[in-house]
Amino acid sequence: MASWIEKQRSILDYTLSSLMRRKGKNISLFIVYTVVVFILASAMFFTQAMKREASLILKDAPEMVVQRLLMGRYDPIPLDYLQKIRGIRGVISADARLWGYYYDPVVGANYTVMVPRNQSLSPGRIIIGNGIARDRMINRGDIFSFRAHDGQSRSFTIDGELPAASELVSADLILIAEADFRDLFGFPASHATDIAVSVINPKELLTIARKISEQLPDTRPIIRDEMVRTYDSVFDWRGGMVIVLIMMALLAFVIFAWEKASGLSAEERREIGILKAIGWETSDVIAAKTYEGSAVSFFSFTFGILLAYGHVFFSAAFLFAPALKGWSVLYPDFRITPFIDPYQVAVLFFLTVVPYTVATIVPSWRAAIVDPDSVMRS
Amino acid sequence: MISSPSLKMSGKARLSVRKSSLCLVLFGAAVLLLGAMFFHAAYQRQADAPLIVHIAGVVKTLDLTDLCLFTEARYTRHPSQADLYSAFQDHPASLEHFPTGSIAGPPAALRRLHGKLD
Repeated sequence: MASWIEKQRSILDYTLSSLMRRKGKNISLFIVYTVVVFILASAMFFTQAMKREASLILKDAPEMVVQRLLMGRYDPIPLDYLQKIRGIRGVISADARLWGYYYDPVVGANYTVMVPRNQSLSPGRIIIGNGIARDRMINRGDIFSFRAHDGQSRSFTIDGELPAASELVSADLILIAEADFRDLFGFPASHATDIAVSVINPKELLTIARKISEQLPDTRPIIRDEMVRTYDSVFDWRGGMVIVLIMMALLAFVIFAWEKASGLSAEERREIGILKAIGWETSDVIAAKTYEGSAVSFFSFTFGILLAYGHVFFSAAFLFAPALKGWSVLYPDFRITPFIDPYQVAVLFFLTVVPYTVATIVPSWRAAIVDPDSVMRS
Repeated sequence: MISSPSLKMSGKARLSVRKSSLCLVLFGAAVLLLGAMFFHAAYQRQADAPLIVHIAGVVKTLDLTDLCLFTEARYTRHPSQADLYSAFQDHPASLEHFPTGSIAGPPAALRRLHGKLD
């Protein structure tokens, strides 16, 4: 056993010396491999963490939101729908939600203006999200002016800021009193934006949603599961930015592995020929090439994964930020909680390390089974 | 695993370590770092649990339905509440900018034109 270990260590010594002889080529190989793993792992970590975080944060979102549809778009819902929904067996409560959007031409950002249902605000006073306070450089006690629906200006005193810790859901929020909301947007007292519904038994949610659709055919109920599933699809690996990243990285990896698998350089073939001529077995040559492939791919994989972890969870995925922000002016400042799945890391390991190692071994094996003399002469 | 330093007879002192030993040490360090990554993730998840509960509390209190991630358009600010196929409904010939907009920012000239209308 000890002699076998010693033999393997000697082969490893030789392999590492061989790698060091082609230092420039192997360092560039290591960098490319690391970058490919880094991109794949960053996309994987980011999407997985955002999906998990969204599902945990939205677990207490309204059980159901009922919108009214008009000409295929959502429209203010009449308040008399409240009574009809409350009359459905199994519904505990149905409450009007008042919210809308306000475009701020000063900074070019969109805000979400909302009337809090469980919090009473004095007329003329608002509470703003931390993102707005940061972008507009305004704080408690300052005056915030809006351009109302009639073209006149309405001024509000800032009563406070929503906690910075909740920026992920509240960066762009403005909480306002109901009377001020209706006055600002010219919103009729007989309507609401939509209706939040709670039910006695969550298992009956779909049945109740179906009953609402039957009794009020111009409405569209959205249940909580659908809200969470929206974020599953936004951060799904098959959608949007993630698929572009993954396709680019995988393409780079395929080209890279193909280059390896397609053959050896003349120098490498000669090296294998010499090794065979001085008495190395075919199995020794294959072992040397296996160690070479494993060393390059394992260290690149580890380095790439660790860099991706730092990128996503310590620097809030700053490389993805320009893509995520899109046209947004106001963007929340938040840190992502590291929800990482060992299964996904294992899949990434087998998708990158194994094919590369195999791609390294195959051409070496083909060169090693040929007569050393003909290999050296070729 | 690392052999003791020895003096080579080449005229100068140098540390003689087998490359395989160095590689195995690096391999061990890499495995440890990967383990540390999982350990840190688990620790950070526990540390962040109260923060997530706090954010979920804000969601419950204010009846929120979406994360404030993409504030560029109403159907990206509240994707779960958006009209079905809303991307092309904003006005005739309206160009979709999500998720395409997530890949590349708009040209600066386009944003200046945008300002005149609002």
